[in-house]
Amino acid sequence: MRFDVRRAALTLAAPLLAIIFAVLVTSLVLAVAGDPVGEVWSTIFSKPKPRNIVNIINSGSVLYLSALAVAVGFRMNLFNIGVDGQYRLAAFVAAYVAGEAWLPGKLNVVFSIVVAIAVGAIWAGIAGLLRVTRGVSEVISTIMLNSIATYLVAYLLRQVSAKGTNNIHTNDIPVSSQLAGFKIVPDAPIAVYTLSLLAVVAAVFYWLLLNRTVFGFNLRATGQSESAAVASGVNVKKMIIVSMLISGGIAGLIGMPLLFGDSYNYGLTFQTGLGFAGIAVALLGRNNPIGIAFAALLFAFLNEQSNALQLTAGVSNDIVNIMQGVIVLSVVVAYEVVRRYNNAAEQRRVAAQLESTRQPEEVAA
Amino acid sequence: MSDTSDAQDTAVRLTDIGKRFPGVIANDQVNVTVRHGTVHALVGENGAGKSTLMKILYGVQKPDSGTIEVDGRQVSFSSPADAIAAGIGMVFQHFMLADNLTVLENVVLGAEKLYGSGDRARRRIHELATSYGFDLDPDRLVEDLGVGDRQRVEILKVLYRGARTIILDEPTAVLVPQEVDELFENLRGLKAEGLTVLFISHKLDEVLAVADDVTVIRRGRTVTTVDPKQTTARQLAELMVGSELPSPSTETSTVTDVVALSVRDLSMFDPQGGRDLLTDVSFDIRRGEVVGVAGVEGNGQAELVEAIMGMRKVQGTIALGDEDVANWSTARRRESGIGYIPEDRHRHGLLLDAPLWENRMLGHQTREPNRKGPFIDRGGARADTERIVEAYDVRTPSIDTTARALSGGNQQKLIVGREMSSEPLLLIASHPTRGVDVGAQAAIWDHIKTARREGLAVLLISADLDELIGLSDTIHVMLRGRLVGTVDPQTVTPEQLGSAMTGAEVPA
Amino acid sequence: MTELLEKATGTVRKVRPTWPVVLLGVAAVILLLAVLREITGAQDVASSGTVRAAIRAAMPIALAGLGGLWSERSGVVNIGLEGMMIMGTFGAGWAGYQWGMWAGVAFALLFGAIAGGLHAIATVGFGVDHIVSGVAINVIALGAGQYLAGLAFTGKQGGGPTQSPPVEPMSTFDIPGISNLAQTLESKHWFFVSDLGAIVLGLTSRLTPLVIGGLLLFVLTWWVLWRTTFGLRVRSCGESPEAAESLGVNVYFYKYVAVIISGALAGLAGAFLVNDSTVYREGQTGGRGYIGLAAMIFGNWRPGGLLAGSSLFGYTDALRLRSGGESVHALVLLLAVLLLFYAIYMLRTRRSQALASVALAVGLLAIFVLTDEIAGDFTGMTPYLTTLLVLALFSQRLRMPKADGQVYRKGSAG
Repeated sequence: MRFDVRRAALTLAAPLLAIIFAVLVTSLVLAVAGDPVGEVWSTIFSKPKPRNIVNIINSGSVLYLSALAVAVGFRMNLFNIGVDGQYRLAAFVAAYVAGEAWLPGKLNVVFSIVVAIAVGAIWAGIAGLLRVTRGVSEVISTIMLNSIATYLVAYLLRQVSAKGTNNIHTNDIPVSSQLAGFKIVPDAPIAVYTLSLLAVVAAVFYWLLLNRTVFGFNLRATGQSESAAVASGVNVKKMIIVSMLISGGIAGLIGMPLLFGDSYNYGLTFQTGLGFAGIAVALLGRNNPIGIAFAALLFAFLNEQSNALQLTAGVSNDIVNIMQGVIVLSVVVAYEVVRRYNNAAEQRRVAAQLESTRQPEEVAA
Repeated sequence: MSDTSDAQDTAVRLTDIGKRFPGVIANDQVNVTVRHGTVHALVGENGAGKSTLMKILYGVQKPDSGTIEVDGRQVSFSSPADAIAAGIGMVFQHFMLADNLTVLENVVLGAEKLYGSGDRARRRIHELATSYGFDLDPDRLVEDLGVGDRQRVEILKVLYRGARTIILDEPTAVLVPQEVDELFENLRGLKAEGLTVLFISHKLDEVLAVADDVTVIRRGRTVTTVDPKQTTARQLAELMVGSELPSPSTETSTVTDVVALSVRDLSMFDPQGGRDLLTDVSFDIRRGEVVGVAGVEGNGQAELVEAIMGMRKVQGTIALGDEDVANWSTARRRESGIGYIPEDRHRHGLLLDAPLWENRMLGHQTREPNRKGPFIDRGGARADTERIVEAYDVRTPSIDTTARALSGGNQQKLIVGREMSSEPLLLIASHPTRGVDVGAQAAIWDHIKTARREGLAVLLISADLDELIGLSDTIHVMLRGRLVGTVDPQTVTPEQLGSAMTGAEVPA
Repeated sequence: MTELLEKATGTVRKVRPTWPVVLLGVAAVILLLAVLREITGAQDVASSGTVRAAIRAAMPIALAGLGGLWSERSGVVNIGLEGMMIMGTFGAGWAGYQWGMWAGVAFALLFGAIAGGLHAIATVGFGVDHIVSGVAINVIALGAGQYLAGLAFTGKQGGGPTQSPPVEPMSTFDIPGISNLAQTLESKHWFFVSDLGAIVLGLTSRLTPLVIGGLLLFVLTWWVLWRTTFGLRVRSCGESPEAAESLGVNVYFYKYVAVIISGALAGLAGAFLVNDSTVYREGQTGGRGYIGLAAMIFGNWRPGGLLAGSSLFGYTDALRLRSGGESVHALVLLLAVLLLFYAIYMLRTRRSQALASVALAVGLLAIFVLTDEIAGDFTGMTPYLTTLLVLALFSQRLRMPKADGQVYRKGSAG
């Protein structure tokens, strides 16, 4: 087991190095631009206030859901770039349903969440269907579906909004269905979204599904080697459709904490772009449920702490986007390097261990 | 031929070449001397290190030790470009052609300085093609060409660069018999023009037919160089394998009357529109019987296996026991008792980056001991992996090691153990001992024989004729997607079988 | 046997259009539009204004797609085009407002090339998955664009954190003679002739050097990639890097160069946007990098096809801007009719596809009859829907470079 420790240490070293590298690059950019490097870091790495902590937890849980949705696809080499469109469409429809309040109180919440899952799954399923029946790359189709979702939501939003007003949004969710949240952070004036719990539920679901079920085994096998999976009896077409549905279903959850805990309707100001952030977080967290949790919290932390930059250091908080991008790019490079190193090291080690017990009799072309 | 031969005579001299990869020694003190204007064959088992040696000579890989001399001068290649400049060309076993480019583009690529890439080049190609008797249109897309023509494009590439020494890596593996004859005719033509040919093969008849010198490589070392006129195939084979030539001799027949697999009128069309891949293939395998399929590679054996496994669409009936399984999914066929040792274990048999115990589950993930309801039974799978590692002598530090880290022989033993573990009715063994060491080979043969005694039906596909003859109770000969004859392994010799595979009369 | 071979190759035959076929096709399209204009009365489906707007909308897509073409022909998938384009818009805005648009173009090329270089280092140098790297490039470029803009434009006259001070655009010119004649023809309102005149007028008047330069780049790309040694080597890296390396071609070098050129072209696409709207604005690219990629796939990885694809997207975009509801409404009819023709054509070979087309056509006809115009949101969707539709119908016939998207490591030959 000594080796596994070393392997794990290397795997952990990769993201740490990437973050350090990103800090260096960002510092360089700041220095070249003539911005105060020291003040930027002291602001970002200052102790967050209770209010900030709540915000970090809230946006972290949303990012977590988004990254999980992406990660399901990644584990079988499917690139669901369309999480962004899926969650926006799902959030809109769920907000409409919740606003209509066909069901009372908490039932309304549950029903809306189910609707959101279904809508996200269907929208992602289109890409899955096109892939297996027509051979269309899911990368392109999900990008197209993102844009289509944007226009579709804009259109539907105007249809359901009250006519003749500037308040373009769905009906507000009735108070009985609004969720007050948890006041778990002392002295914070705001609460943690109730539906942040969805992130925990989704995490357990994801972990169980991928690591403990036969379906998850098939999914991972397909991702590692499609040809071997086919030979082992996996129906790859079915797997593609089902994983897209699951990915889209999780994507449908992304908007729920916000909807029921903060905005109470879907309007023009509803947060966008979470799907793309999810891709970055999933990559940093290496599609691992715990890794993603750290990555989501890190991204949420950086976003939240950078809000003060304009005030304290006179620097635009956009610098954080550069840093996040550099983290993602350098971490994938680092993972690739570590992966290759690990493979070679393990082959050497196995060979060395066996060589001590017998003469090498094996040669390869 | 002596080692003191004049530098004038020597086209290529490799001295004490050594090359290690993680976990394996590919070459160790290899010495080869090739005379000008000869066809020099390099023979050895699969995995003996021939291809690595040739890649070193062609500059694809760098040797860890040793020297290379070309025309008496010591050289050091850091890329194929250097080797090409020194007059060495190589035709790889897997063709190095860009399908979507024309013949002309494939040929001039990388050598545009010689004759440009336009009409001058086209004229030169035409000249070369006619003088060597190749019938090639420079402006056709390579993807529209057949295998024989593709190989000619490869040779043309080498000639176009003015190579004086041409390496051919297993050139006959993909050819049908008359194409092999044409190739040999071409090789003699090259020799007549004063070129030197280095010819890699493990097919001894071919080597004896065409070579002037034969160097034998075993386990990464040169054994000796012999004169083919004074050597028999049997002697060469013994040199290749070492003193103990393991022979998978059959024991008393265990064939029963119960039909385990019955295949009728299997036909498969080529989605690319070429000639049919399978035509009206029919045969039975009974319990306790090993049925071998002999044939030159690419004559439909791989398609037959994939059809029975349900990986490719096919017409006809496939009955396993009493049930027609032709429309069943691969998973269902496996569950009802088909075990599968695939031809290419890296592509079809393993998840290279997954631990051994997960590889134990592959193909058996829907069955005990790997499954409990919708969940994986990790404990069951791990315990059974330990059992396989022990019983099948898979040499590994632990079952958490990734499959990639194991040697080919140990990977194959794991696969054999896995496929036997579910007590299958039918085992499809496709080249079960390809690229594994002699020890593992004997072990795998033993396992197949034991299972056969216990009533297993086996479909054996192999390019190793001794293996086929030694293990099979019946051998069908396959040619261009058809079963063209049946031979009795008790009486047939490898030579007879070899000629039957090439379309000659099937011996009674 | 030969019959079977012919039948089989017939279904996958690659159609290389010849000049007469292309010209005939163009004439047919103009005729269709003329008929459509007559029937529906939607004048803007074929007016010089629409054509001009179409060119403006098509050029950035086409240039981004051309960038994608270079990269993918060398075997590197580039979904970072969007980010490279963002870098281009910033470069053009930043240099453009200070030293004029030509300097803007130079810096757009430079900034795009830098982003392209980054993609090349990750994908070629380190062997990172191409999609992953592309996504990361887009994240970085988005942040970099916003941060740099805030830094460079805040407090400048006419500028702000999300917008550059105004950039003096390049002057426009007409092609004398042809444009005059075309203008006369358009004003006559003759069936077909005036439509042809309108289109020629749109193509020959109020041009900018960037439009001409962009079109020349298409010709240049075709010539370099398909007629020179350099191009052959680039393409060989995309088709079979192993073969290329086994012949002594330095695969990494050609991939690096192609991906950097790709970034520069995407940057130029950004410069076009800045010149067109006379400022740098945050979010200006609006996903055009992605559409460029789609147009390139639509065009089967060839410059001519890419140009046709971008024109189609540009045209639908232009219609949206020019009395969009009415024009796109007319276009629905055209699409329905075309689908019916397609269904008849496919009826013999692919029954299910034909039926699906008929169903779609009937649906479109219903929309046409039941509505008077199409909401702006749906017209905005048109390029994306078209792409999906085209991919769904034709993706099996498309031929992407064989090793496109695969990570290549040195020493893999053999």
